[in-house]
Amino acid sequence: MKKQYFLNATIIDPKNSLDEMGGLIISEEGKIEAVGKKVNKNNIPSREKFIDLSGKHIFPGLVDMRVFVGEPGYEYKENFKTLSSAALAGGVTSVVTMPNTSPIIDNVSIVDFLKRRGRDKSKINIYPSASLTKNLEGNNMTEFGLLQKKGIIGFTDGIKTIQNSRLMSRIMRSAFDLGCLIMQHAEDNELSQNGMMNDGVIATKLGLQGIPEVAEKIIIERDLSLLEDFNCRYHISQISSSKSLEVIEKKKDQIDFTTGVSINNLSLNENDIGDFRTFLKLSPPLRTEEDRQSLIRGINKDLIEVLVSDHKPEDEESKRLTFSQAATGASGIETLLPLSLELFHNNSIKLPKIIKLLTSNPARVLKIDKGNLSIGNDADFCIVDINKPWIVKKEKMISKSKNTCIEDKKLQGKVTNTFVKGVELFKL
Amino acid sequence: MASSEKAIKISQKHLLGIQDLSIKDIHLILDEAKKFISLNKSKNKKLDILRGKTQINLFFEPSTRTQSSFELAGKRLGADVMSMNITNSAIKKGETLIDTAMTLNAMHPDIIVIRHQDSGACNLLSQKVNCAVLNAGDGRREHPTQALLDALTIIDRKDKVQGLRIAICGDILHSRVARSNIYLLNMLGAEVNIVAPSNLMPKDIEKLGVNTFSDMKKGLKDCDIVMMLRLQNERMSSSFLSSNREYYEYFGLTPDKLDYAKKDALIMHPGPMNRGIEIDTKLADDINKSVIKEQVELGVAVRMACLKIFCE
Repeated sequence: MKKQYFLNATIIDPKNSLDEMGGLIISEEGKIEAVGKKVNKNNIPSREKFIDLSGKHIFPGLVDMRVFVGEPGYEYKENFKTLSSAALAGGVTSVVTMPNTSPIIDNVSIVDFLKRRGRDKSKINIYPSASLTKNLEGNNMTEFGLLQKKGIIGFTDGIKTIQNSRLMSRIMRSAFDLGCLIMQHAEDNELSQNGMMNDGVIATKLGLQGIPEVAEKIIIERDLSLLEDFNCRYHISQISSSKSLEVIEKKKDQIDFTTGVSINNLSLNENDIGDFRTFLKLSPPLRTEEDRQSLIRGINKDLIEVLVSDHKPEDEESKRLTFSQAATGASGIETLLPLSLELFHNNSIKLPKIIKLLTSNPARVLKIDKGNLSIGNDADFCIVDINKPWIVKKEKMISKSKNTCIEDKKLQGKVTNTFVKGVELFKL
Repeated sequence: MASSEKAIKISQKHLLGIQDLSIKDIHLILDEAKKFISLNKSKNKKLDILRGKTQINLFFEPSTRTQSSFELAGKRLGADVMSMNITNSAIKKGETLIDTAMTLNAMHPDIIVIRHQDSGACNLLSQKVNCAVLNAGDGRREHPTQALLDALTIIDRKDKVQGLRIAICGDILHSRVARSNIYLLNMLGAEVNIVAPSNLMPKDIEKLGVNTFSDMKKGLKDCDIVMMLRLQNERMSSSFLSSNREYYEYFGLTPDKLDYAKKDALIMHPGPMNRGIEIDTKLADDINKSVIKEQVELGVAVRMACLKIFCE
């Protein structure tokens, strides 16, 4: 590979507190050789060709901590190859895949298969998670230690929650001993049973069973209480309401844990469901505008560290049903960054903060050296025109499943190029 | 005559819910329905207003009065009425609602009447067919013709709805009848009281412009109309109530609770009734107080009006 020079870009690298005009040099091995304002036309060899990125931004490749892939078992929804292409179009170069496949990722033998498929079919970095309990049944723990040794990055039941408090306490003790990361989807099953959307006047009007905010809050309260005894590495996958945030704020100084939020909950509210738009049936559900605003405040107060796409590909047939029958979740990995940029354009969150939540913060939670532009690291990065206007159209989506929840939305900002290990794998 | 009728037209293509209707639409339907009341009492009940039109009744949930009422209404107007038997149809073989809609649409019906257990099913259907869709009840969301017939019954007995105090009591949570009635009665200027145990009260319902009570005696105070709802046990997956007899004790309509309402208060119930659970059996049959039978009777007139208006 030839050495590559990029000049005159605005470079944001939160890990290294970089937010400046400058350049980037990629070595022949695909590593970051130099980065920042010191890289300019004057200090590169005159015979070398460089790429002028005036008006563009360079961000580290995004790290998306919550991604569902259909492989194995649901390849018709998404396989590693299509996931990888969709991710690259969105500037995402590392993902944590959820274990909710068929079979479920709950034993050592399937991890080898997964890693092989991930390596052969995908061009991005795949970090598989395994389930917390065998067969996602919420009864018996999986082999955290052995699975971790095989390369499992963390443990979660994905769309399910550990309901049993005794089991959760034991999971935390095991994770504490083994240094494992636990990622909890916080939802009390009994309180959310048959629920389809936020519990409130809109649910009452639409005649849909609501999911009360307390269903999320009660699990967070329980888990944070249990953590006081055994403070393992613990991450709340996503929160959706201001009530949950209040609990988090109270405990933040006392114990170590991290919190994520989906871009959907940060950008949309329950009113967007309108006339039974099943593509907006999500988990956690979209809540009120006040909740959305409080989540933004949560980010600005550093109470929420991670922003995810919650990419959940579902074929259209499973959405073309009545609201109660329709599948839950939205495909969103390729719109994660553009939709996040909306929060910058409307002055909700500063740009470096958004990038931090998409890169160095998730990498820190996962303990991986990704999501940064540190010298000597793999050159995983994206080039972004943060002002480019475009409209989301499902027929133009790259993901195998087109179940976007922001169809026809006008966005500003698009990834123009994505590099993994110094190789350009996506070009607009 | 013909020209004046043409002047007022319904604003909607489909009747999916009271929420979508304007006050003009409501009066249009109610005025039309009034014309059919006497016809339904006469010897020759057959008209040919809808001759040549095809009406399909698509009932995914069991129904006696609504389905027969719609069927009769269509037949009296001269339409060809087909009632789909869901238990024998392709839906049992796994066909989705949209595919069923497409299939039926290909047969060029003029109107489809649908009842479905899922809220919003009629909305989905209406997006996929060319003809008018009448909602005969979708999940917990709306049951517009029931609310219209309730309003017609009230007007028939009390001359107006404006200014009346109306209590809707019982299982509000699962009730589409309650929701449609709240919208309609509010639009017509009534004061609406909702009385239910907290477990059967939908979240934030007061935002729809009603007063809420969990005590029958307070909720019924000085009411002109007491509308009882059926306890929908089939929709209750877990413990909402301790027992039917306790429910009857606190929320069943009994003479002593009715005493708190006005002397000339009328009792209504959309049926089917759980006698001895939400209503005292003698009260239900008391011809001086109960208008339950009249509701059924006027139901046919309201549905005739809706079929006529939405078929045009």
